[in-house]
Amino acid sequence: MTGDEFNASYALCQFLPGPNVVNLSVIFGGRIRGPLGSVVALIGLIGPPFIIVSAIGFIYARFGEIAALQRMLMGIAAAAAGLVLGTCAKMALPLFRDRLGLAPAMALLTFAAIGVMRWPLHWSLAVLVPLSIAVAWVRR
Amino acid sequence: MSDSTLARLAGHFALMSLFAIGGANSALPEMQRVAVELEHWMTARQFTDVFALAQVTPGPNVIVVTLIGYQAAGLMGALVATLAMCGPSCLFAFYVGRISDRLQGARWSATQQGLLPISIGLIAASGFVVATAAAHNVAAVLVTLATALLCFTTRLNPLWIFAMAALMGLADLL
Repeated sequence: MTGDEFNASYALCQFLPGPNVVNLSVIFGGRIRGPLGSVVALIGLIGPPFIIVSAIGFIYARFGEIAALQRMLMGIAAAAAGLVLGTCAKMALPLFRDRLGLAPAMALLTFAAIGVMRWPLHWSLAVLVPLSIAVAWVRR
Repeated sequence: MSDSTLARLAGHFALMSLFAIGGANSALPEMQRVAVELEHWMTARQFTDVFALAQVTPGPNVIVVTLIGYQAAGLMGALVATLAMCGPSCLFAFYVGRISDRLQGARWSATQQGLLPISIGLIAASGFVVATAAAHNVAAVLVTLATALLCFTTRLNPLWIFAMAALMGLADLL
């Protein structure tokens, strides 16, 4: 895979549904060795973390109620939430180049449907995705 | 651990897989809605814990699904949930990867333009939902805001921030 091919695949994975890095590994593996390459890349990426995380799941199920651990996880959760928000703010910057403000408006609608109204993801996106793509097609 | 729990894990995450535009973190509100409110696999606090554990564990973000599956139905649950969350989207990605050379031109780039605000809206919703869940006092809110600011303005490795936040929690400052 060349650098350009990698960049194109990476950009593609930002838009594909599902875990980004996982999708990238599938596309990368597929380019090199077809379906078998995809499966091997997927196992290589997911396998080791799966074993580690299962061990963590086991430990958490056993000791999750210990007060000291609780307090540490509370701190990490607060920071991790900030990480998600800060990363999101970085990603959102290009949206504001939209003079008509339609892209920020679509992002805001999505935020409200999922984050505030807590509507089911699939029903919300069944409306929002065609709407947002239609808007982009009309404006192109 | 009944087979029906495994079937429900598979069904929920297979569906979510195809709607998590922007990555696994885009679906955190849906995961919480399903795991806590709909299926009662875990409490709201346990969900927040599991989110925190997934963030500090090396590996792709999708591993939060493994922990939810583990909490719902043990090791089999972890396996089923992980495969369900990766399966449908991987098949889709494989197919799109094959035809991606033909995916060019104005319509395709307009489609990407249309999906971008959706993924950003979803990740913002995720951040908001987990920030709300973690905001049990003023100090915790400050940690969230400070981390967001640091991530926005610097390239600091978040693990340092997580370590600080964990120590603050341990010292009962949060």
